[in-house]
Amino acid sequence: MSQAIEDFGLPVQGPISGQDTEQVEGRTPRQLFWLRFRQDKVAFVGLAVILLLTLTAIFAPVIADKVAHRGPNDQTLAREMTDEFGLPKGPNETYIFGADKAGRDLFVRVIYGARTSLLVAIVATGISVVIGVTLGMIAGFIGGKIDTIISRLIDVILSLPLLLFAIGIAAACSTSKEGCLGGRIKPGLGLVVFIIAAFSWPYIARIVRGNTLSIREKEFIEASRSLGARNSRIMFREVLPNLVAPIIIYATLIIPNNIIFEAALSFLGLGVPQKTPSWGRMLSDASRLLEVAPWMMIFPALFLVLTTLAFNLLGDGLRDALDPRAGR
Amino acid sequence: MGRYIARRLLYLMMVVLIITLATFLIFYVMPPGDPAVAFAGKTPTPEVIEQVKIQFGLDKPIHVQYLTFVRNIFLGDEYGWPGLGFSFDTRSPVKEELFTRAAVTMQLGFGAAVLWLLVGISVGIVSALRRRTMVDRAAMGFALFGVSAPVFAVGLFALFVFWQQLDWSPGTGYVPIREDPGEWLAHMILPWAVLALQYAAFYARMVRGNLLETLGEDYIRTARAKGLSERKVIGKHGLRSSLTPVVTIFGLDFSLLLGGAVLTESVFNIPGLGQLVISAVNRSDIPVVLAVTVVAALFVTFMSLVVDVIYGFLDPRVRLS
Repeated sequence: MSQAIEDFGLPVQGPISGQDTEQVEGRTPRQLFWLRFRQDKVAFVGLAVILLLTLTAIFAPVIADKVAHRGPNDQTLAREMTDEFGLPKGPNETYIFGADKAGRDLFVRVIYGARTSLLVAIVATGISVVIGVTLGMIAGFIGGKIDTIISRLIDVILSLPLLLFAIGIAAACSTSKEGCLGGRIKPGLGLVVFIIAAFSWPYIARIVRGNTLSIREKEFIEASRSLGARNSRIMFREVLPNLVAPIIIYATLIIPNNIIFEAALSFLGLGVPQKTPSWGRMLSDASRLLEVAPWMMIFPALFLVLTTLAFNLLGDGLRDALDPRAGR
Repeated sequence: MGRYIARRLLYLMMVVLIITLATFLIFYVMPPGDPAVAFAGKTPTPEVIEQVKIQFGLDKPIHVQYLTFVRNIFLGDEYGWPGLGFSFDTRSPVKEELFTRAAVTMQLGFGAAVLWLLVGISVGIVSALRRRTMVDRAAMGFALFGVSAPVFAVGLFALFVFWQQLDWSPGTGYVPIREDPGEWLAHMILPWAVLALQYAAFYARMVRGNLLETLGEDYIRTARAKGLSERKVIGKHGLRSSLTPVVTIFGLDFSLLLGGAVLTESVFNIPGLGQLVISAVNRSDIPVVLAVTVVAALFVTFMSLVVDVIYGFLDPRVRLS
């Protein structure tokens, strides 16, 4: 119903039909957003799963200590948890997810894996949001040649075989311990974050540019300008606050991509360092023992899919709540 | 149309410049120390390092190095055209290996593309036409799972179920079609399906969204109002404009895929371009990594030009803007 009215360009205010329309209450866009989002139970499930995973990740050392009584690289029970051929044993009372090929507790490694996964994905997303918002806003607000250059750059990066380039950078930067760019980027977590951020900012920049283009033409910008505000003030005090909603939504939607990106690099042996527990690396280890130790594949895969699914559910829900016409 | 193509060609040249600059920076400038050592593989002998220096012109100033790099790609080097260098690990020109591997990746890509177009588009259409029914919800739920599940996790799970448990699949590996077409097919089905899943899911969501948007347009109401059958309204007026964007996205996705379905090839042990890159990385065979990256990126650029030109024919608004 509200859709039909919006299509005619009329403002949506309060309950539209089927209710007592005596008292029409004006609602801010934020209230409307919250009203719609509250009804989206699926998105709430996603949010709950994300919170649970985040808590697990933060308290991984505590959980490992209290529940499993051992750390992610603990091999004290390695003898008991591998058989005479050195193959890992499956889930039992002490090792609820079973053991990996080094006799380490897979449960502990999986919850520590949540740490790596979320840390890398969130830091990388944060960096790409900063770059994306800055460049997107500059392109959209200033326009002209600068816009053309930034937009073309976005187009080019988005059309590159990014996994190949990521592999290339990872390989070029891992040829020695010194890292690359004059030692500024060392192999390891930092390199992974750098690679992911370098390839995910264009998504944010494109969205921000589009939104900035439409905000730029609004009356309140003109008002601000007529009061003598400078470009930088208009950009940060007038445009940026109006970009918060789309930024949050699209950041939520690229987090799962970045989680998969980290897992993929680690799966290929180019991601986080050897000892750091990572779901991608666990899956790569599991691929060689699929027949004898399927639990090594099932638990990390389950957590990985659950995490990305939760972020996608939340992101979709947020987007639908902000823009109900987005096709759902 | 001529002006449109000219403009696209200009853009293509700019993209080629950016791609070559980016790869040059990644492989020549970013690594620390002497790039010759990095290019020369894991345990370089002094002679190999000397050979690398000559081939890549590493003793010359940096802009000359870049020009040599670009000239080799487009005009060829001592091993013929395109000049993709020499692998100091296998001691052979990169070009031949690259073309053999590309043929395998292409088989993987074509099969998967057919599958995902068929499944993705039909699921998208059905979902849009039965909006908010159980069918739609089930399809979109599955599509959401498809876009969320990483291809290597799905691949390993599929191998576990269909190979280890049910024994329907012959497992990992690749059999050339010339040797045994039946075995070839048996080995390709699972990789095709796994690779197609995420694209099918993405296309289903996209087609559904596009079609729903189109069906809300005024000209659809006009078509209905003048008494056209529902089949004609959707088949002739609805699908046409909601499927044209698919052409662009498919062109890009498909060409990106040919640059190496790295993860799928790695899971199923298929000797394509992606696997070539990974094994080259593990052997620190940088010339191979460099060659595949550049060729894949240039191929994507060329394909996107082709797609744009096709799109210009399909949609007159594009070439006039």
